[in-house]
Amino acid sequence: MDDLLLEFLTETNEHLETVDVEMVRFEQDPNNEAILSNIFRLVHTIKGTCGFLGLPRLEALAHAAETLMGKFRDGMPVTTPAVSLILGTLDRIKEILGELERQGTEPEGSDGDLIALLDKMATQEPPVPEAAPAPQTVQTSAPVVLQVLERELKPGEVSLDELERAFQEAPGPAKDVTAGTLTYQVLERPLKAGEVSLDELERAFREAPGPAPLVIDKPAEKAPSQAPTIAATAPAAPKKSGEPAEAGEAGEGLSGKVQTIRVNVDTLEHLMTMVSELVLTRNQLLEIARRSSEDHGYKVPLQRLSQVTAELQDGVMKTRMQPIGNAWQKLPRVVRDLSNELSKKIELVMQGADTELDRQVLEVIKDPLTHMVRNSADHGIESPAERKAGGKHEKGTIRLNAYHEGGSITIEIADDGKGLNFAAIRKKAAERGIASDAELERMSDAQVAKFIFHPGFSTAAKVTSVSGRGVGMDVVKTNIELIGGTVDIRSEQGRGTTFTIKIPLTLAIVAALIVSSKDQRFAIPQIAVSELVRVSPTSEHSIERINGTPILRLRDRLLPIVPLSKVMGLSGNEDANHGFVVVTQVAHQRFGILVDGVFHTEEIVVKPMSSKLRHIQLFSGNTILGDGAVVLIIDPNGLARMVGSESDRNEFQSDANPEQAVVAADEMTSLLVFRGGSESLKAVPLSLVTRLEEIEASTIEWSSGRPVVQYRGRLMPLVSCDEELAIKREGMQSLLVFSDGDVSMGLAVAEIVDIVEDKLDIELLAERSDLVGSAVVRGRTTEIVNVAHYLPMVLETWSRKERKGGPERSLLLVDSSTFFRDMLVPVLKASGYRVQTASTAQDAVRLLSNGLHVDVVVTDLELSGHSGFALVASLRADPQHSATPVIGLTVKPDPQQIALARKLQISEIVSKIDRRGLLSALAELNGTLEEAA
Amino acid sequence: MKLIDSIPSGTVKTASKQMEFVTVTVAGQLLGLPISRVHDVFVVSEMTTVPLAPGEIAGLLNLRGRVVTAVSLRRRLGLGDTAESGRRMAVGLENQGEAYGLLVDEVGEVLKLDPDEMQPNPVHMDRGWVGLSQGVHQLRDQLLIVLDVDAVLAFETEREAA
Repeated sequence: MDDLLLEFLTETNEHLETVDVEMVRFEQDPNNEAILSNIFRLVHTIKGTCGFLGLPRLEALAHAAETLMGKFRDGMPVTTPAVSLILGTLDRIKEILGELERQGTEPEGSDGDLIALLDKMATQEPPVPEAAPAPQTVQTSAPVVLQVLERELKPGEVSLDELERAFQEAPGPAKDVTAGTLTYQVLERPLKAGEVSLDELERAFREAPGPAPLVIDKPAEKAPSQAPTIAATAPAAPKKSGEPAEAGEAGEGLSGKVQTIRVNVDTLEHLMTMVSELVLTRNQLLEIARRSSEDHGYKVPLQRLSQVTAELQDGVMKTRMQPIGNAWQKLPRVVRDLSNELSKKIELVMQGADTELDRQVLEVIKDPLTHMVRNSADHGIESPAERKAGGKHEKGTIRLNAYHEGGSITIEIADDGKGLNFAAIRKKAAERGIASDAELERMSDAQVAKFIFHPGFSTAAKVTSVSGRGVGMDVVKTNIELIGGTVDIRSEQGRGTTFTIKIPLTLAIVAALIVSSKDQRFAIPQIAVSELVRVSPTSEHSIERINGTPILRLRDRLLPIVPLSKVMGLSGNEDANHGFVVVTQVAHQRFGILVDGVFHTEEIVVKPMSSKLRHIQLFSGNTILGDGAVVLIIDPNGLARMVGSESDRNEFQSDANPEQAVVAADEMTSLLVFRGGSESLKAVPLSLVTRLEEIEASTIEWSSGRPVVQYRGRLMPLVSCDEELAIKREGMQSLLVFSDGDVSMGLAVAEIVDIVEDKLDIELLAERSDLVGSAVVRGRTTEIVNVAHYLPMVLETWSRKERKGGPERSLLLVDSSTFFRDMLVPVLKASGYRVQTASTAQDAVRLLSNGLHVDVVVTDLELSGHSGFALVASLRADPQHSATPVIGLTVKPDPQQIALARKLQISEIVSKIDRRGLLSALAELNGTLEEAA
Repeated sequence: MKLIDSIPSGTVKTASKQMEFVTVTVAGQLLGLPISRVHDVFVVSEMTTVPLAPGEIAGLLNLRGRVVTAVSLRRRLGLGDTAESGRRMAVGLENQGEAYGLLVDEVGEVLKLDPDEMQPNPVHMDRGWVGLSQGVHQLRDQLLIVLDVDAVLAFETEREAA
């Protein structure tokens, strides 16, 4: 294929893309002459070049399209079918071009169908009354010109270019002139007449029997050659190309005065590779210079070389940058076609189209982006009727937004459609066995949404078309992740869905921190590193452990530490605590990577991972360092994922998205932290403590070996909080006082440390009855004391009082928080109840329907998953339990809840932390129950 | 990394049917690689091990500015690593645009063999080997297994992928 043709192909493809976009714009804004003349010019250029290169099919098509567009310019109303027809023609042209690219010649075939349609569309012009006679007059004149002056035709055609330019230079009146008064124009200005009559003429040509394209072909081919000089002899080959080129340049000059040249991408790629190698060599030299202390006078030039290399690298990188708008170019057309096809009204808003990113990256995301926009239009946006019913504007909006953020580029694709159908996705996920029902139950919507990226999920979803999106979303995700990007989904039922794609600006060269772990070096991309902290057991920063999991306290925040050697599986020295912590930020996740050593930062040329190693999410690539060693590049995203997926529980908590945290962990609990006999910290929920007291040890009396103290006019038994702690005989003794009604107990502690508010996430300990479990409070492992353990030790009185000899009553406690269940059960037991527990409404219903008889139900009204109200409602519906008294627990009662509670005959709503409130509510119930009995 | 001469061309006999094989030894077994697939033979100096990588992958090498994935033929054949820590030899291969170095114990001479004389794999040969072998040539004093390069480089890597 010759160069000329190649150039034609690239240029024409570009023109066509622009025409596509412009056409859609034009349809929305038919009065915009600037757009129209731009389209007109582009199509005309295509037509001209085709004629010049001898491509009859293309030329005929372009010509027919141009004719129709000419009519638009003459005032014909712009209709959707007409635009569709032109777009269809452009598609055909693209097809032919594609074929031309593959085979070097125009494919066989006829475009009579399209041309006929275009012509028909162009001739049926009812709107302008004058327009009707105009073509007729022209038509009559046409045959005359055709027969008598076959040559005069050609100057006419070429002058179209000139005309075109005249048009652009004089935008306003030009239109009027062509639109109306054609008849005397012919006489006054032969050029204009040429333009109009040519259109008609050529149509006449084609309407005449015979192989139409050929007929056009010949004059067109010869036309330019004879254009500049009217003389038929002109052999001016160079001139003929000069003429249209000039016109083209003039046009481009109008649209923006940027001087550009076309460079083959391969040339650029080669340049890039060479620069990469140069960077490597420079690094090698710098490495040598670093090692030798002597200066042989080369250090200064080396510095200069280094600088120039950096600049060169920047420059070459810039040549690879392209505005993201290039990847969006097809989208208006896609959306337009889809909205017609689906009879939806969709507006595509694009922001930040000039945001630049690497060509290579652009190529990779082009298709995923198109796919996602298509998905949004297809599945996200509802039909106008549905939208209206939902109280939304009939016209849906798909918003594309791109912007730079740090070293990466963020692209958002947002629609204001119906959002993801989480219920359907859950169902599908369960059906497909991707996750169990129990797992799904625990998952937040955000986690569920991620299933749409699951391979194979999509196709099934498509079949049912209930779950909304997802044709090949897994491919989208894979493509984006391939270049180190991430995709996030945010969706709200009825409000729309937003996909956020984050991708690196470039893939080729990045700054990286070189670290070592177990004698092996690794590179961590600088972008992800926020700071470095040196740690050792003796320094200010030291690594602490919670149940073996390393944690670093950094400015009052807890930073999970990931020892690199451990994730890498390089020797398992679990309790490493020397080295450096590379504080890493990935999306919302912050964690520290513990490494043995940190060297320096280096610009590294990222080389892709071998396909055999690409499955290791920990590495994003490899590189060759200055000293020639191959080093693996750590992918912070992958590391974060690995850390996150080490255990399900971790994943739950590490996710910064607040809605993903489990209910119990989400609640802040005030804790009283104290110390007992041993080193470890203990804590008890503040809500359980009545008072804090400090008493003179001398006031402690020992009655039959048991310590008691006179407290508020009564004897209060004391108990030591652990075996190691002896109750003092002298000095001051700190006490935590727990009381219920007029019975109290004093828990002797060594020291009251603090009152903290923290999320409580308790790890249960089964083997110790004095502890509920342990939890991380302010970054330190703290034992959570089980108050109930001490009650029987001192309070025979307590239980005796409560029991009052009455029959034991049974109680069902429904609460999703293990902590509260464990906290309440002993208390309730001590109050004389046989306690059954259930963690969910479903469990409770199952228990009850299995014939469990209970006197009272105590339920959290804010059960995770199901509302406690729903549970009560189902209780009320069951004749066996319709009268069972219910006490509702809530974090903060609000009027709505109270109203609902009354409706469901919930006896009382008690604050969740008000233990005494609960007991008195139970006591009251007891009274009524006894009365009833 | 020093490059040992590219393959000694040897005297070309007229028989067009004959195929040339680069012979390598692994754990005493003679194996042949079609010469058309072999790019070069080199001594492995520094190798970067890749944590979490499949066992067959010994590490990554820098071969004249190119990152090469080193595949251990021993491990690929289900044999243990060699105890010797002498100089390690590798055969450079290319597969689907990627460079590989096949680690072997020793590289021998280039042999010309007639494909017609190749025997099918013995039926009771180790199943792991059968997949990698195209057949067996009977040499005067020993047997040569013709390795299927594509099969050698096609091993499961996705098992760990989450």
